[in-house]
Amino acid sequence: MDEFGPLLAGASENLYLARMQMALSLGWHIIFACFGVAFPVFVAFTEWCAHRRGSPHLRELAHTWAKAMGVLFAAGAVSGTLLSFEMGILWPGLMARFGEVFGFPFVLEGFAFFLEAIFVGIYLFGWDRLSPRAHLLSALPMIVSGAAGAFFVIAANAWMNNPTGFAMDAQGRVVDADPVGAMFGPSTWPQFVHMYLAAIMVTGFSVASVYAVAMLRRRCDRYHRSGLLIPLTAAAIAAPIQIGVGDWIANTVADNQPVKLAAMEGLYRTGTGVPLSLGGVYVDDELRYALEIPWGLSLLVTHDPNGKVTGLESVPPDLRPPVNVVHLAYNVMVGLGTALLLLALWLGWSWWRRRRIPRSVWFLRAVAASGAGAVLAMEAGWVTTEVGRQPFIVYRVLRTADAVSPAPGLYLGFYAVAAIYVVLTVLTVWVLRRLAHTHATAAPQEADESRADRRAAEATVR
Amino acid sequence: MTLPEAVLGVMFIGLIAYALFGGADFGAGIWDLLAGGTRRGERRRALIEHSLGPVWEANHVWLILVLVVLWTGFSGAFASVASTLYIPLTIAAFGMIARGAAFAFRKSVTTPGMRRFFGASFALSSLITPYFLGSVVGGVASGRVPPGIAAGDVITSWLNLTSVLGGVLAVLVCEYLAAVFLCADARRAGQLDLAAEFRVRALGAAAATGAAGLGGIFVLRADAPLLFAGLTGRAMVVVLLSALAGLTAIGLLLLRRYVLARVASALAVAAILVGWAVAQYPYILVPELTIADAAAGTSTLMAMLVSLVVGGAILVPALGYLYSLFQRAHPSVPASTPTGGADRTERGRHRGRPGRN
Repeated sequence: MDEFGPLLAGASENLYLARMQMALSLGWHIIFACFGVAFPVFVAFTEWCAHRRGSPHLRELAHTWAKAMGVLFAAGAVSGTLLSFEMGILWPGLMARFGEVFGFPFVLEGFAFFLEAIFVGIYLFGWDRLSPRAHLLSALPMIVSGAAGAFFVIAANAWMNNPTGFAMDAQGRVVDADPVGAMFGPSTWPQFVHMYLAAIMVTGFSVASVYAVAMLRRRCDRYHRSGLLIPLTAAAIAAPIQIGVGDWIANTVADNQPVKLAAMEGLYRTGTGVPLSLGGVYVDDELRYALEIPWGLSLLVTHDPNGKVTGLESVPPDLRPPVNVVHLAYNVMVGLGTALLLLALWLGWSWWRRRRIPRSVWFLRAVAASGAGAVLAMEAGWVTTEVGRQPFIVYRVLRTADAVSPAPGLYLGFYAVAAIYVVLTVLTVWVLRRLAHTHATAAPQEADESRADRRAAEATVR
Repeated sequence: MTLPEAVLGVMFIGLIAYALFGGADFGAGIWDLLAGGTRRGERRRALIEHSLGPVWEANHVWLILVLVVLWTGFSGAFASVASTLYIPLTIAAFGMIARGAAFAFRKSVTTPGMRRFFGASFALSSLITPYFLGSVVGGVASGRVPPGIAAGDVITSWLNLTSVLGGVLAVLVCEYLAAVFLCADARRAGQLDLAAEFRVRALGAAAATGAAGLGGIFVLRADAPLLFAGLTGRAMVVVLLSALAGLTAIGLLLLRRYVLARVASALAVAAILVGWAVAQYPYILVPELTIADAAAGTSTLMAMLVSLVVGGAILVPALGYLYSLFQRAHPSVPASTPTGGADRTERGRHRGRPGRN
């Protein structure tokens, strides 16, 4: 089918804004996806604790979180729907040629998401309608399908980084597509574990930061302390593991996408005994004003101070990603990740020595900032991997410029999406703030019984 | 039946489920729009909101399944449709976002002004989304999407008579389904006056849908001759079945047999879609690209078929459980376990007390 080959004359004017539209849609959705993956774990754990200890304040905490989870899940669901449209609307050149190779995990993800949507409904609607045991059991499919959904989406993304499971004929058409094999390329597992931990950190630090703000306003009762401690502990456990996983994924990138790694480090010349560069600006094939740690990069990538690291010079200029964006994003991710690790160690030390949350007001301030920090770190990580793959949409196989739709006027979509997401962000934040203040607010999946209750209550009082 | 046809058939079951569940969901939103002033329409809106409650996301995930099966199994056809019809698809996606967000946030606001704002955007997007999805179907069915990336006209592919017919029919069908579904819901909730109201609306919507369908015959003969030939030829049996089911549903509504009317209505709507599929068989994009030519390789199709069957076996019971859990509960009688109920009433009392004491 030659009509799907790289033709796309009108594509050039669409390319940049289509990329921005996709970045915006994905960047927005991924935050809610994190909550969809990790929040059910926290909610179910808290509910379980509440039952074990017969603790009403933990039960109320779990119920408030469950409602927030419902709102966030709804926002994630609609933004995810837009993404599945955009895959075809913006990148028909990718879907037409490789849909049969890497589309399969999306089918599985569709099922996983469907199952999660069903059980989020059952869990929220069944809060007072199911026995405690049945209710807790209904959380289990939510947790499993959340993790499975993340795995499938990451598998598709990992395929774009390291395409496997197909062959091409002389005309560049796909033959022998093996959709299951394509799901398990070299990047899939490290990327998935990295993202799952990131989801726990984003959710954990974000939820904890809400209660840190409350405690800074002198609301330090058991309810708020538990609200801070449970998610923060989960995030603090994930943080040090994430550093180790970071090493694993960096090695995978070095082996399979050396140019991306070179861009992350702003490294032009291939060499041995390469230092690790922090900060700096990449101008004229050289990283300037960077702080260098001798032998650092060679040690990290090859675990040998004199190991060889490939530089950007290994490929012609038109095959290199925009170095400054990738290098900065990578440094932001690592920097924030390290700061979050220090915060986790602070909590761990205090708990180990004194069995309590650090009393310092600076600790609460740090936790209050940690939510935004974790989100920013995760977004920076996605910028690193996605921009670092450019100019390819499928690494070394298909250029992004050959995948974008040439449809006239397509680029206008970016402005519409930007406007919608500004409004949506404001509304989501506003609703969640309300939820934090008044627990009576209902989630969309719950039946609206507050009004009926109120009437019943009024009748009783009368 | 070949392997590609089997996969496409399963996808089509998903599409029918979306039309029925998602359609009723959209329709409920349209009735929300037409429910009357804030005060007068309050009870109707409460019924609608209660009927959507926990199932609205599940209702819409069907569409995602349809999309992913298409792009994996029939990548070229999917890319052609998405790129040529990107404008109505984008508008429909925006409608879904506005709708989902409004529905999610509406409960969290209490001021009448904000409630009205969210209510209006919920209702308006319930109208816009099915219209544009219907116009996409019209564009595909009338052969305005040639294979190839953005190969068709990005404007006239959805601004044409068949697309308008598709959009209007989609909206009417949604309204009709919702009204029929709400009849039974209202009666189960013991709100007989609302049941009677929605019965009248259902009959009105049925009449309008029938009229649009009859008018559509002439539109299709002029604008989409190939589809017309298919509908009056091979698909004639299915079209007649749809009409028969529709008439039966009207009879059942007149007899106030609401639950049976639901079944007959669902059958009528499903038959319209099946009729479209049969009429344009064996083409996936009329009049050039056949299902066999558009299909992916055997291993991909096989993997999909297996996962669709296994996934369906997990999904359908879970979905059935959700619906049954939710249909058992009444809006007027809050079911509750002793602890939860006591807890809630307690809080309710606190809320009521300050004004009264």
